[in-house]
Amino acid sequence: MLTVSPSPHYQTDTNTRKLMCNVLIALIPAFVFSIVVFGVSALISTLTAVISCVFFEFAISKWLFKDEEYSVKDCSAIITGVLLSFNLPNTLPLWMVVIGSLVAIGIAKMSFGGLGCNIFNPALVGRVFLLVSFPADMTTWSKVQDYGTIDGTTGATPLGLIKESIMSGKTLSQIDLPSMQDMFLGNIGGSFGEISVIALVIGGIYLLCTRTITWHIPVSVLGSMFILSGIMFVVNPELNANPLIHICSGGAMLGAIFMATDYSTSPMTSLGKIIFGIGIGVITIIIRKFGAYPEGMSFAILIMNAIVPLINKIKPHRYGAKK
Amino acid sequence: MKTFHIGGIHPKENKLSKGKKIEIAPLPQVVTIPMAQHIGKPANPIVAVGDTVKVGTKIGESSGFVSANIFSSVSGTVEKIDFFPNIAGFKQQMIVIKSDGTDTWEDTIDRTDTIVNNMDFTADEIKAKITEAGIVGMGGATFPLGVKLSPPPGIVIDTLLINGAECEPYLTADHALMLEKAEEICIGVELLKKVLNVSTAKIGIENNKPDAIENMTKTAAKFSGIEVVPLKVKYPQGSEKHLIQALTGREVPSGQLPGSIGCVVSNIATTFAVYEAVEKNKPLFERVVTVTGTALQNPSNLLVRMGTSTADVLAAVGGIPENTAKVISGGPMMGKAIQNLDVPIMKGSSGVLCMTEEEAHRHKESNCIRCGRCVDACPMGLEPYLFYALSKRKMLTELNEHNIRDCFECGSCSFSCPAHKPLLDYIRLGKANVMQMIKKQEAEKAQQQEKK
Repeated sequence: MLTVSPSPHYQTDTNTRKLMCNVLIALIPAFVFSIVVFGVSALISTLTAVISCVFFEFAISKWLFKDEEYSVKDCSAIITGVLLSFNLPNTLPLWMVVIGSLVAIGIAKMSFGGLGCNIFNPALVGRVFLLVSFPADMTTWSKVQDYGTIDGTTGATPLGLIKESIMSGKTLSQIDLPSMQDMFLGNIGGSFGEISVIALVIGGIYLLCTRTITWHIPVSVLGSMFILSGIMFVVNPELNANPLIHICSGGAMLGAIFMATDYSTSPMTSLGKIIFGIGIGVITIIIRKFGAYPEGMSFAILIMNAIVPLINKIKPHRYGAKK
Repeated sequence: MKTFHIGGIHPKENKLSKGKKIEIAPLPQVVTIPMAQHIGKPANPIVAVGDTVKVGTKIGESSGFVSANIFSSVSGTVEKIDFFPNIAGFKQQMIVIKSDGTDTWEDTIDRTDTIVNNMDFTADEIKAKITEAGIVGMGGATFPLGVKLSPPPGIVIDTLLINGAECEPYLTADHALMLEKAEEICIGVELLKKVLNVSTAKIGIENNKPDAIENMTKTAAKFSGIEVVPLKVKYPQGSEKHLIQALTGREVPSGQLPGSIGCVVSNIATTFAVYEAVEKNKPLFERVVTVTGTALQNPSNLLVRMGTSTADVLAAVGGIPENTAKVISGGPMMGKAIQNLDVPIMKGSSGVLCMTEEEAHRHKESNCIRCGRCVDACPMGLEPYLFYALSKRKMLTELNEHNIRDCFECGSCSFSCPAHKPLLDYIRLGKANVMQMIKKQEAEKAQQQEKK
């Protein structure tokens, strides 16, 4: 008895789960770094987020969707948990982490139908929900000094420092910004996963090498941020930060490499991805410069997520199209 | 390195029979020769049950402009002329011939190995010989070559391209021909050049066959105006439209044939058949077939008579492996899975591929994650994910607006999908529905005009 099926009779070995696992592997350097800097609180927060995300997805698919196959097996809920935790400050109470996970999975992901159907990046929806609900807790960062020696005092992120000083009428030369080296290695205040540029870039290179993501989104996000902030820096270096500070601070790296490249919420074509990335970069810089918040990466990505269906109207170049 | 510009994939090559010499398959005892081995109208049988035929005797007469003659591949007696299921499962007229074992060829055929390079024929004579020999595109599309060589008035052919890409995984039949029959192929190219009245021809060969590129370049140097061009290894490099783009930079406009931009593409096996038909008077009744599969003990390139059953071909390489779950006529990307081993080898059969239980079954389908890999893979610049969704909902007008008819079913989208969606299955369905809709609309239009 022979099996008969239409062609092709050949399929790629890659599957959704393998792609998701690649992303998890790429997140390991940043995770290890967060444990080194913030100690056991990073581990507890990330585990809480992951466990609650996986639980909520399992519960919704089992009791609400009544699915026979549980979608948690594809590992995407684990990524949502890790990314959510990476976007949270280390002082955040754990019950807030659980609420963030519920919003991320329950509202942003499963209410649209689960993996592939969501319009907005789940982890970012969770984070932004927490940010507008608990603004004080979400913007309190421990002071980080010499890796791992966090004391009880609170410190500000570089972007927070810049915003504060500009608002109070000071110029940038009057404030004490961390050195570029500290920013690159991650010796600064910030959320769990976003502080070390080098750890995130290592993860990004891994994703590019395994062809999990393409270069289009990270390069266009960071490139457009660099160019726009560079122009502003050239115009007035006293009021605008160095473009290198912009791409190495806040959620820029984490957002460009891991959040904006989320498959479901980014465009399908290469040209679309570049437009999407430029949109994120430009909106981020505009929020950082003119907005009330010091950081705008999350909002920029969510705004561009909403435009993705429109961007998908851009057709790829077609072979033999009439000119 | 030259290649086409959009999309493409890199499936595992698995060229198991690479470097194997062409072996002659044992003479079959019975052949079943279909009257439709080409695109267009089936040929009409011109023999009756009980007739004695020789190898190379014409048994089917071309029945129209787009049709081809069919020849007997064994000597013996016609046993049956009846309808049998073809490769797609539809019943089709076939002639069953029982071999007498003597393998007597028609006297007109030159059976010697000497290479003949006689260029004294006129263009019309060459074309007549090609048409008479029943030569069709042997890469799989099986379009009658004589028709390709007769462009409609107003169309000027200025470029001849020879397709040696062989981009399908597993297949090595053209590769073997290029290693062993380089000179014959070059003479075939010269003949085609003469028919088309062009001064140069390009042979495109994928870079995973360095020995073939070297051999063909060396041989082509003896002729004037034959250029061998190495091509990047990328599926579907051997698609007619994509080969044209890789070699000339031109694009065949949507919905048109290569002739519209002055190109004619002929495949390696076809070009070799042209040589044999013109210089050796040998009609098309045998071809090189790659018999392969990971479980096969001895994957080979066999010279097989048309009409030999797949079972006989597999027996020639040591029998069908026990764990075979799927047998494919052609390559794994565009070949057709056959229902039983009685299906005969035809003019377009470039390979017989046995897949094991493990390889034969599709991976489990999951949610589309909108990663865009199908869009990146499509060599026509289409959006397979969209076709999948629209075809599922039967939104035919939208399918047509998104140019679903440009799809030539290469399978790159289904191959690359990490969610293992059967994209091409739905695209085929959508395409068929769209064609039907357009036919209906045209019929209605014609009716309305009649009323007026």
